[in-house]
Amino acid sequence: MTTLYTSDHEWLSIEGDVATIGITDYAQAQLGDVVFVELPQVGRALKKTEAAAVVESVKAASDVYAPITGEVVEVNQAIVDEPALVNTDADGKAWFFKLKIADKSELGGLMDAAAYKAHTA
Amino acid sequence: MAEPAAALSTSLKRTPLYALHVSLGGKMVPFAGYEMPVQYAPGVLKEHLHTRAAAGLFDVSHMGQVALVPKSGKVADAAAALERLVPQDIVGIPAGRQRYAQFTNAQGGILDDLMVANFGEHLVLVVNAACKEADTQLLRDGLSDVCDVQPLTDRALLALQGPKAASVLAKFCADAETMRFMDSGPRMVDGLACYVSRSGYTGEDGYEISVPADKAEQLAEALLSDKDVLPIGLGARDSLRLEAGLCLYGHDIDTGTTPVEAALEWSVQKVRRSGGARAGGFPGADKILAQFDGGATRRRVGLRPEGRAPVREGATLFATADSTEPVGKVTSGGFGPTLNAPVAMGYVPTALAALDTQLFADVRGQRLPLRVAATPFVPNTYKR
Repeated sequence: MTTLYTSDHEWLSIEGDVATIGITDYAQAQLGDVVFVELPQVGRALKKTEAAAVVESVKAASDVYAPITGEVVEVNQAIVDEPALVNTDADGKAWFFKLKIADKSELGGLMDAAAYKAHTA
Repeated sequence: MAEPAAALSTSLKRTPLYALHVSLGGKMVPFAGYEMPVQYAPGVLKEHLHTRAAAGLFDVSHMGQVALVPKSGKVADAAAALERLVPQDIVGIPAGRQRYAQFTNAQGGILDDLMVANFGEHLVLVVNAACKEADTQLLRDGLSDVCDVQPLTDRALLALQGPKAASVLAKFCADAETMRFMDSGPRMVDGLACYVSRSGYTGEDGYEISVPADKAEQLAEALLSDKDVLPIGLGARDSLRLEAGLCLYGHDIDTGTTPVEAALEWSVQKVRRSGGARAGGFPGADKILAQFDGGATRRRVGLRPEGRAPVREGATLFATADSTEPVGKVTSGGFGPTLNAPVAMGYVPTALAALDTQLFADVRGQRLPLRVAATPFVPNTYKR
């Protein structure tokens, strides 16, 4: 299992041809208290950089983009029911959705943990 | 995820409490030309709830404080002169009291909203940060024959808000607890020559304290030393005032909205309305008084979304789920932490302004149902 990152503060955990996607702990700290999450429909085909989900804090709404092209195969209802989970466990239980990866070559453009750490430093 | 805000421009001004905000971990953002704390470490949600449960300290030093000093020495002359610019009864404000007012323009629109206090020998105004230069010019252009217009640039302004505000301030200010809502005037606070009003912008009981700029940090630290008091940023200030149903200038009211359209009729006393002893005589009186008499075509209303999704400023309102003709717009909206639900306000045609009227907001291409609701959304706790 490999974890990759985008410059827009999403993480992707890759297992076979499925990527689990969430927002980073850095991103949740920037957002503040999350009060609402909207997730894509299972079965939706997402293009890389397309707005896929919405995360809202008390103050503002932010889009979560699809970091790669693929089809949504599962979404995490737990963060819809309990949005604060995004603040307490962004890197773990508060994953957003899983994509069936359409083109593995797109992964080559993403950052590893060290590069992401440098990006947010 | 969108990128976090860019680095602050160097041209921004700082309040006398800037260093304190930074030392307290405040996240500084540009607001009305100032670097202001949007939140501290606890975050907007906890800061909001703490203010409603105990007491919050806000730096509102970016706001304008202006003294109107009558050249005649008679405060009634300054009050009568100010009535040329606002639709309120200023002459009737007793010494030691203050009142909410609006500067209007010739079209009946609102140039700014403000507080006017009668200090006995002069008036003291508190105006919005983004408008303060324009307001000062308006006052000089309009009132210089009668008043000296003196911006109080050497004073900071703190707000202490919440159910514990009175017991906290009583430790520093002898008559804090005997003051009533909208009492206003000079008071000694912790040995400092302050102006104190029992008022605020949260819907809670509380005070606004004008303090000499060079003593502001000392006073803020004294108030923050109380275990009931936490520093509160602009983020929670906005969610608190939204739950209280209070207008934010530049959003819920502006030059395109009149006091009647904005549902601020309560703030225009009868003496200034048609048939009153000093009816009219303010900019836009023709239009505003006609609206008092005949009604306005649209009205600001409270809105409660039925789902969990916040409906934010700019969202278009529709009468039905599938109509293509917009009927209005949301002017403020977000999540109300005390209600644990989204809240908003906006303008709709008067025919759709009745309580419980069903409307729909366009949010990211979806039509979300909401209903016209009474404001304040959270009952206020003023000590009248």
